[in-house]
Amino acid sequence: MASITSRAVAVLRRRSLAAAGICCMLVALSALAGCERGILDPAGPVGGAERVIMLDALAIMLAIVVPTILCTLAFAWWYRATNRRALYAPRWAYSGRLELLVWSIPALIVVFLGGIAWISSHDLDPAKRLSAGSEPLEVEVVALDWKWLFIYPDQHVASVNRLVAPVGVPLHFRLTSASVMNVFFVPRLGSEIYAMYGMTTELNLQADRTGTFHGLAAHINGDGFSDMTFETQALSPQEFSQWLVSTQAQGPTLDEAAYRGLLRQSSKIEPYTYRTVAPNLFQAIVSQQLPPGEGPHIAQADAETVSPQED
Amino acid sequence: MFGNLTWAAIPFDQPIPLYSAAVVGLMVLAVLAWVVIKGHVPYLWREWITSVDHKRIGAMYCMLALLMLLRGFIDALMMRSQQAVAFHAAGYLPPEHYNQIFSAHGTIMIFFVAMPFMIGLINYVMPLQLGVRDVAFPTFNSVGFWLTAAGALLVNISLVVGEFSRAGWLPYPPLSELQYSPGVGIDYYLWALEISGAGTLISGINLVTTILKTRAPGMSYGRMPIFCWTALASNLLIVAAFPILTATLAMLLLDRYLDFHFFTNAAGGNPMMFVNLIWAWGHPEVYILILPAFGAFSEIVSTFSGKPLFGYRSMVVATMAICVLSFMVWLHHFFTMGAGADVNGIFGIMSMVIAVPTGVKVFNWLFTMYRGRVRFSTAMHWAVGFMVTFVIGGMTGVLLAVPPADFVLHNSLFLVAHFHNMVIGGVLFGAFAAYEYWFPKAFGFKLHERLGKAAFWCWFTGFYVAFVPLYAVGLLGMTRRLQHYDQPEWHPWLLVAAGGALLIFCGIALQATQLIVSIRSRRRLADSTGDIWDGRTLEWATPSPPPLFNFAVMPDVRGEEPYWGMKRKAIEAMQLSAEPSYEAIEIPRNSPTGFVTAFFAFILGFGLIWHIWWLVVLALIGAYATFVVFAWRDETESVIPQEEVARIDRANRAARALALTEMTA
Repeated sequence: MASITSRAVAVLRRRSLAAAGICCMLVALSALAGCERGILDPAGPVGGAERVIMLDALAIMLAIVVPTILCTLAFAWWYRATNRRALYAPRWAYSGRLELLVWSIPALIVVFLGGIAWISSHDLDPAKRLSAGSEPLEVEVVALDWKWLFIYPDQHVASVNRLVAPVGVPLHFRLTSASVMNVFFVPRLGSEIYAMYGMTTELNLQADRTGTFHGLAAHINGDGFSDMTFETQALSPQEFSQWLVSTQAQGPTLDEAAYRGLLRQSSKIEPYTYRTVAPNLFQAIVSQQLPPGEGPHIAQADAETVSPQED
Repeated sequence: MFGNLTWAAIPFDQPIPLYSAAVVGLMVLAVLAWVVIKGHVPYLWREWITSVDHKRIGAMYCMLALLMLLRGFIDALMMRSQQAVAFHAAGYLPPEHYNQIFSAHGTIMIFFVAMPFMIGLINYVMPLQLGVRDVAFPTFNSVGFWLTAAGALLVNISLVVGEFSRAGWLPYPPLSELQYSPGVGIDYYLWALEISGAGTLISGINLVTTILKTRAPGMSYGRMPIFCWTALASNLLIVAAFPILTATLAMLLLDRYLDFHFFTNAAGGNPMMFVNLIWAWGHPEVYILILPAFGAFSEIVSTFSGKPLFGYRSMVVATMAICVLSFMVWLHHFFTMGAGADVNGIFGIMSMVIAVPTGVKVFNWLFTMYRGRVRFSTAMHWAVGFMVTFVIGGMTGVLLAVPPADFVLHNSLFLVAHFHNMVIGGVLFGAFAAYEYWFPKAFGFKLHERLGKAAFWCWFTGFYVAFVPLYAVGLLGMTRRLQHYDQPEWHPWLLVAAGGALLIFCGIALQATQLIVSIRSRRRLADSTGDIWDGRTLEWATPSPPPLFNFAVMPDVRGEEPYWGMKRKAIEAMQLSAEPSYEAIEIPRNSPTGFVTAFFAFILGFGLIWHIWWLVVLALIGAYATFVVFAWRDETESVIPQEEVARIDRANRAARALALTEMTA
């Protein structure tokens, strides 16, 4: 008997060790909140609002989750078979009051969280314009195999693998894909959104801090997936104007022929810019007047649907 | 002659798959050679391969799942080690190989580990709990199992002959279309899942019919053990959801083979349709997996607390509520596709609503332990470990159901950590708990307890060390499936996660040791009565292992927990009930139909993948001929004579009577 008891104690000691381990992990997780980077250190209003919602929802749920975990461990420990001081009610299996409680606690939490979900999904709908003072900067995004093309339709310039934006100005993105499904994501700015061939999605973001932020493709899109990253440069409005002027002054032209070159699979392309862009290029891509990306080269031999054209 | 199949399909230039396949191939050959030399082939053929006994089929499902768990876990180790070293470096797995590994890992773990394990458990336990002698369609059952095994074989063949899918475990078009994935990888994926999916559907139909139509006298719905209720819910979901999967994958096959345009970029195809359809199956799928695990935990917590399950009716309502609600939440897998605020809001709320019945279940397990006498067997370790882990996973799940939170967490490693939290902490812990709990029933001896507990602690801590860092790195903006990366702040977390994978490896090694040690000391661990855990449901009324006919006489069910009632009565009277009058029992005859059908299905799949059309025709003819031979057979049942039934039952009664006198003495 004694050996069984001591073994049970050892088991429970290990269990409390594990519980302590979990707590340490949770502390480490919350320490991330202070970490420079990631979605917990947003550099714009969208990411900021999303962080608040996440932390609020987490706090509400922890209020019920932590007691539940503690109760589980406490009940398992106190009602262990070797504890002769614990009550044993071998037939007790129903209590109307407890039933009411176990249904209403999660229901109340969900009513509360459901309200948050409903309101916040309207407030933070990716397609909803940001209500900042200034007019938004329009950016058209084309996901290619495996690089990002950013077209500034009003400024008639374009950039590959580098998104340049002024701080404090709302950014209105229209996105499409030239080949497979992709997800556009700048973690420190906030919401991600799918980019799909023949379709346009909309996204509104804003940077409030200058800096360079990591951007990436957040959906598997083939062998070049891991290298389909881009940098987001948030510049002061003056610097952004200077960047526009210098971009418009030099570099190649993005016309249909140049675009067909981009359709070929390639990765690890160093960022570069186009001095000027053919008008309505984005429309031509979305409305499928231009062909989709070619895919891997083996496909060209037998697939008639691919129309690789030399430029 | 061989379609697209040439020597180029064998990856001679890639040492990793080649050597691993060579090692596995040699091991398989060695086992086969041993089986043949030792003369075990007739035994295997008679007792296992052609068996239509639900217990044998259930056990084979679980064995398949455990084998595939090893394969899937090796993939996991490779992924964790690749990401641990691939900071500012290419690592050791090139993208075309790494992408196959994560795709195979997901496919194998869901379709060939979690699914067969759960279906195997249901197959084994449910008829015993219902007090019946077999499932509704025994031969059909065998067909279902062997088709699943054929699918698993196809996935594993792809390791050496050709390649596997590189497009993830759910191959979103257009990436999975011929234009962007011209290789055979996607075809392997599609045909393997078409074949095993048919097997799963067959199994679902069979098990639903069994529950609805073949219960013991007196076993009304309100008296069914909770595991049977969860099995019913899970199999109803299979019947409703798997046709969607089969049809969706068939449409992709039409695109790839016959130039259709369901999901293509060109000619008006719509890839978003695939995404909707695949998740219309995919979300019910996670409940197909978790519900039987919930059922197993309910039985285990109740047995080892020495109390009936708290709030049985609540549990039934919660189970059926989850069954219905699981079809109403699929869009939460793609909140970031820009559906609009109203749609996102509704699906977010619906996803949270599922947390209510799930929360009720957790509380009910809690109150089952309350005022109980909790015995910390290995199975109970898994159950308590599950309750703690699952609550955390549920919390992160509800967090992901808030659309704006999902906008920054979609496809991140936070999401990966969340669903592993549910699938490992819920489904796999449930499978292991059930394995510890019902193993003595199936094989007549229990598993070594201390090794089992050691394995639990490795898995439990290993899980947290492996996946808490993934939560963290997801919050740092890391997306899933990256083959390499340059962000310094991700690297330390991924190193820790790799350490966690090693801890889990220790857990698996201990489980293998446990099995070997237990088999070697099976006499010491033997269970003579058939009721090793002081159980409450009817499966514990049978000997361990149960005879072919399960019950010598049909049990007469007079309430919830019928076996507990019989046992109480016997203890009070200090003697067993009077010996029943035995009769001869008819049982279904063995049939090789399932094995042969699956063999032809495998050949069919292989021929289609490599465009070997004569093989396809041959396989179709073979499969049809098998069906005709089966349909024309004359004798469908054989008889176990009365004396044999009496002998087996008397032996068990003697053991139980002995245990009773020891207990009352």
